[in-house]
Amino acid sequence: MEASLAGGTPVPAITVRDLTMAYGDFVLQRHLDFTIGSGDIFVIMGGSGCGKSTLLRHLIGLNEPRKGEIFYGTESFTAADEERRTEMLRRIGVLYQSGALWSSMTLAENVSLPLGEFTSLQPDEIREVAELKLALVGLAGFEDYYPSDISGGMQKRAGLARAMALDPEILFFDEPGAGLDPISARLLDDLILELRDSLGATIVIVTHELASIFAIATNSIFLDAESRTMIATGLPTELRDHSPSDQVRRFLRRGES
Amino acid sequence: MPTTTSPTSELTLTHGPDGTVVVRLAGSWKLESGLPSLVDLERELDSADGARVAFDTSDLGTWDSSVLAFLAGASKLARERGIEVDPTGLPEGLRRLLALAEAVPEKEGVRAEKEDDDEFVERVGEVAIETERLFRSDLEFLGQVVLAFGRALRGKARFRRSDLALLIQQSGFDALPIVTLVTFLLGLILAFVGAIQLQTFGATIYVADLVGVAMVRDMGALITGIIMAGRSGAAFAAQLGSMKVTQEIDALETMAISSMEFLVLPRVLALFLMMPFLTLYGDAMGILGGAFVGVTMLGLSLTEYLLQTADAVSMSHLVGGVFKGTVYGVLIALAGCLQGVQSGKSSSAVGDAATSAVVTGIVAIIGACGLFAFVFYALGI
Repeated sequence: MEASLAGGTPVPAITVRDLTMAYGDFVLQRHLDFTIGSGDIFVIMGGSGCGKSTLLRHLIGLNEPRKGEIFYGTESFTAADEERRTEMLRRIGVLYQSGALWSSMTLAENVSLPLGEFTSLQPDEIREVAELKLALVGLAGFEDYYPSDISGGMQKRAGLARAMALDPEILFFDEPGAGLDPISARLLDDLILELRDSLGATIVIVTHELASIFAIATNSIFLDAESRTMIATGLPTELRDHSPSDQVRRFLRRGES
Repeated sequence: MPTTTSPTSELTLTHGPDGTVVVRLAGSWKLESGLPSLVDLERELDSADGARVAFDTSDLGTWDSSVLAFLAGASKLARERGIEVDPTGLPEGLRRLLALAEAVPEKEGVRAEKEDDDEFVERVGEVAIETERLFRSDLEFLGQVVLAFGRALRGKARFRRSDLALLIQQSGFDALPIVTLVTFLLGLILAFVGAIQLQTFGATIYVADLVGVAMVRDMGALITGIIMAGRSGAAFAAQLGSMKVTQEIDALETMAISSMEFLVLPRVLALFLMMPFLTLYGDAMGILGGAFVGVTMLGLSLTEYLLQTADAVSMSHLVGGVFKGTVYGVLIALAGCLQGVQSGKSSSAVGDAATSAVVTGIVAIIGACGLFAFVFYALGI
């Protein structure tokens, strides 16, 4: 990828510079500065309502920054025109909190849509790739089911198959474990690790599930709702044991400081 | 002291030594029997100077949240006056619940501030700003639709042909029964209204002219449009609105698939293609409705009636009517999709979107109808 081609210092997958997020007059977070390294599993954490999901929406272009800039590699995503942005978006995949599968289409059609739009594959080839992607997330045989026919955990996995359809360089997850039983959540974590190792993708996850944070994260930031900015960054296990901030330690130890 | 608890709640306030107000709770306290008033306690606290509040619950029977609500109120009153509350007289459960209720103090600035209703100027300003914002986003939506249509004309727009086919079926063929019913009855009603007047001159045959011209020129397109606004306009808004709630539209956008092309375009196209046919069909059904009255009530023959209709209705009437119907179709689809795309993210917001889609759709149709009446009159059509 770009990093190895450049030769020198590796180019981070995403760089966020002095980002301010706001809804109307209400500033949600300000002065966000961080980089997401290529190949990282990067966790955005923080208490409820601190702006984790909103930050994710900014990173994928669904919300516009009030101030600051977001870079994909070395290229500014914020300043890119619509056409360029479309091209950049093709390199990412997003798994939404509720799966957000297109409910009027079968699972195979859900995965096929991006393939049909952005590749020159023939219909039978598309079907084949779609079946493969669904098999990767353990949904072989469910190709012709509609999203409403399958369980919440299966919808998430199908959403993951769709997010991976175009072999993205960066995968975004919005609360992947929410609403899943502990075993399904664990299996999803394993799947995420497996994907990172086999595809070499960079992974950005919004979550507050400690078990999964410690199990998979290689880097993280902590957003604070009170001071409305990031108050820690680093490896979560490291932060749990050595963070100077009492609040971060309490969060990572379920309230025990 | 009697140990039997009375069936109803009892509240007595006594002044103990050293100015302590003792609140004695007795009997059975139930939410069904209402919350006790704090007025007496407040008066008592105001008269007691700098003392404390204690409780006597030795005769308290069964209790529920009603006691807790009273205690929370009492403790708040005491706190405001800087009076100490001594909870030792309370049963263990109540003491803990009270502590829990007061554990997290109210966050400042969380409670929504009451809007000042009196500021007329402020409200006018707010409405003006909101209207301007809505107008802008409506214009933006229109612009995006035009751009999407441009790409469609160049064959570059991305939407699924199967979606268009399904929409055509849903908003076209599936609407035939209701269009049949309403336009047939409308033709029938027009014929009756006309017959009453024309019979006095013995000119009942002109019922055919009246029904034919009215249906073909205006009523066919108008009524079909109103049916479609209620049927497809609402459906479009609800579909797009709920796709917004479930983040399906977000998922399209982050896949770099424009929701304008993928969702709005096929819907506008479907109505654009179907409305001419539905209008023609509605015209025909209306004329049949008129003919039904003519044949069964006015003693005309079917051939006579239809020939008279054919004589009265000109090609320009027909083309004008179909043109109007097509415009109404586009307006309905735009209104439906606009409200759907602008819908909020809750179930009630989707309902509001569907409602506004129908209202905007009908207003747009009637507005266009009035405009057409002027223009066609001026053009002499």
